[in-house]
Amino acid sequence: MTDKKKGNAFTNNPLVRAVGVQKIVVLLVLILLIVFFCAMSPSFRKYSTVLSILDYTYYLAFLGMGVTFCLITGGVDLSIGTGMFCYAIIGGYLITHMGMPVIVGILVTLGCGLIMGTVNGLIVSRGGHAPFLATLCTMMIVRGLGAIATNSTSVTWPAANVANGWTRKIFKITIGDTKFPLGLVWVILLAILLSLLLNRTKAGRYIIAIGSNKEAARLSGVNVANYQMLAYIICGLMTGLAGLAYSSAFQSMAPSGGGGIELNAIGGAIIGGTSMSGGSGSIAGTILGVFIMSVLQTGLPFIGIQANYQQIIIGLVLIVAVYIDVLKNKRLA
Amino acid sequence: MGDVILTMKGIDKSFPGVHALDHVDLEVRKGEVHALMGENGAGKSTLMKVLTGIYKKDEGTITYEGKEVEFSNPREAQDAGIVIVHQELNMMGHLTVAQNIFIGREIMKGKLIDDRKMNEEAKKLFDRLGIDIDPTETMSRLTVGKQQMCEIAKAISHDAKVIIFDEPSAALTEAEIEELFKIIRDLREKQLGIVYISHRMDEIKVITDRVTVMRDGGYVGTLITEDCTKDDIINMMVGRVIYEEPKTESAVAPDAPVVLKVEHLNAGRMVRDVSFELRKGEILGFSGLMGAGRTETARALFGADPKDSGDVYINGKKVDIKKPQDAVRNGIGYLSEDRKRYGIVVDKTIAENSTMASLERFMKGIFIDKKKENEAAQEYVDALNTKTPGVDQLVVNLSGGNQQKVVIAKWLVRNCDILIFDEPTRGIDVGAKSEIYTLMNKLAAEGKSIIMISSEMTEILRMSDRIVVMCEGKKTGELGIEEATQEKIMHAATLRN
Repeated sequence: MTDKKKGNAFTNNPLVRAVGVQKIVVLLVLILLIVFFCAMSPSFRKYSTVLSILDYTYYLAFLGMGVTFCLITGGVDLSIGTGMFCYAIIGGYLITHMGMPVIVGILVTLGCGLIMGTVNGLIVSRGGHAPFLATLCTMMIVRGLGAIATNSTSVTWPAANVANGWTRKIFKITIGDTKFPLGLVWVILLAILLSLLLNRTKAGRYIIAIGSNKEAARLSGVNVANYQMLAYIICGLMTGLAGLAYSSAFQSMAPSGGGGIELNAIGGAIIGGTSMSGGSGSIAGTILGVFIMSVLQTGLPFIGIQANYQQIIIGLVLIVAVYIDVLKNKRLA
Repeated sequence: MGDVILTMKGIDKSFPGVHALDHVDLEVRKGEVHALMGENGAGKSTLMKVLTGIYKKDEGTITYEGKEVEFSNPREAQDAGIVIVHQELNMMGHLTVAQNIFIGREIMKGKLIDDRKMNEEAKKLFDRLGIDIDPTETMSRLTVGKQQMCEIAKAISHDAKVIIFDEPSAALTEAEIEELFKIIRDLREKQLGIVYISHRMDEIKVITDRVTVMRDGGYVGTLITEDCTKDDIINMMVGRVIYEEPKTESAVAPDAPVVLKVEHLNAGRMVRDVSFELRKGEILGFSGLMGAGRTETARALFGADPKDSGDVYINGKKVDIKKPQDAVRNGIGYLSEDRKRYGIVVDKTIAENSTMASLERFMKGIFIDKKKENEAAQEYVDALNTKTPGVDQLVVNLSGGNQQKVVIAKWLVRNCDILIFDEPTRGIDVGAKSEIYTLMNKLAAEGKSIIMISSEMTEILRMSDRIVVMCEGKKTGELGIEEATQEKIMHAATLRN
């Protein structure tokens, strides 16, 4: 075998190789998008737009990072969008309608995510259900549960200016007259933490191995069911966290809402290079991908594209992202 | 041999990083079986892929039936009469035999598919080839051998003038190979040009008329099979002589302790009341025909498949192995016959694969100690002589033999004392094969105990200290290497009781 160098100068650059071509491309696309929106709309070039993009980013980032683990095992979690609403509504209902302390609401929101993540994990890993169907079913279940638990009322977490409104300051703190996007710090911290989990711990290694070749992992003595389940538990917990982020950024949440958001999160992960067929993916990529989604979502109205058209554009973006994934898999085969 | 039907001249092909074909020549005549030989990675498959339009050649000419051709996809080649019978079966298990054979060119009755007509046509085809298969049978219910026959029938039904067999015998039993050879001879009579790719030297002598040898993407030479010896061909392939001498006496000390004892193991239809012992430092060969239940026995023992009953003792102590984790914990390592599916994670690095079964030893707190991992992987890359630029290389980029070494490394890193090698040299070229043999002998000498499942008689006789023979799920014979002969093994392997 002759040892000619593979690829071109760009792909051979050690920095490019370490970061990954796709992530760099996604970053460039992201910058282009922002430049595009700035050029098209003067009102986009405001600090308030940055804050609004970030509001969209927090919950999508949490969902995206969580579902990245499921995707890497070769599965998916479709219940995250509806679940995020359901958990935050139950938590918020306890605070606003039952008069419980805010901390209880927070813990219940996270706890619901943890429990549903475990349920998803159990169904997929022990029951052997196809993740797609299993989580489609739990999506139906959480949609019903949210409505029942809250008597079908919409819930708004306490606003920033009332006594119980401190949850909102976790993500956006006002100092003097300026609002600071504190949530960004949490997203970055969590991204680092989950990156370490994925790339440096045994659990992460096994989750990747399972997605890459489940049977080989099993025959190597890996407890496949447990680690598969762990991925769904992480995803569930992150969904709970996303619920907190959502409820602190936005107003009223209606039970049985949130459907479709899972696709934005999964889309972000896939744009960031996580493979639908499992075995590869990265947290950093997911974060970049999620930013593309949130910039699109925030930016499109600025150039006069209305909600229904936004859906179409985001759908098209996802098709392109999945197509890139298909091409990558072809190369491996 | 008749006129030349196909000439490939000066074929050159490069991929990013690899000069896969370096001006290769190949000439096929009507009515000849032309062997294409070379180690894995020599470029045989690439050459055939260039021929059938899967890859585009960089340089060179292909002349077929007197005209220069360049197919842009396998379909075009097929329509022109050049078909490949692949090593891996490309069948749709849920469809019937006839539906598979006519896939993509269904016989229609108006707007509807005419299944009856297709069944009739398939039947005619099988009759012509002397194959006994029911065209209405579901494909997945056939044995691998029969599926292969269907694949051949499908190829022939395309009105082929040139048929390429890519390691057709790899999964066949001796009887099925005989049947295959009958068909090939028949095709030769009918003046087809046949390209036959195989690693089995014996077959080359039996079935082929000429041999073209490739090495490292280059053309080495073409010989008349009759005029050359096995060693001639091997020499051209690797540039060295390999002697395949059978073992004559056991290398195991008579008082070596029994490390593994299996009693009355039952698992489904394929493992029925199997008992055997394995001693320290022993290579225990498992021989038998395809479907004898050897792999199933190993998988049940390893906990990969559920077992119905039976006891397993390790170093005299009864152990309960329910899942692979239990087996690994008890020091058993299993090298599957199907590396890509069960052995390795192809899109991960050598280092990651090497530590897969023993990650807990490479932890620093909750984090994986990559440095330590790389060192361990490097140690076994050196010890096993794995050819790779580094341990961060993706396994997918390695040749079959080197992939096998990575799987072995995985179990050695784990420090397993009992290793189950299931077809350890399947699809591995001659040079790497002999390295794997040396390695297995070395491991046995170091006190590891090895169960080696092999369908190659020469491999069994060359490596084993003792031989267990199975047939249809039962143990039908046990022979010390001193008394073992091909005839005795074959006799036991066909003992149907």
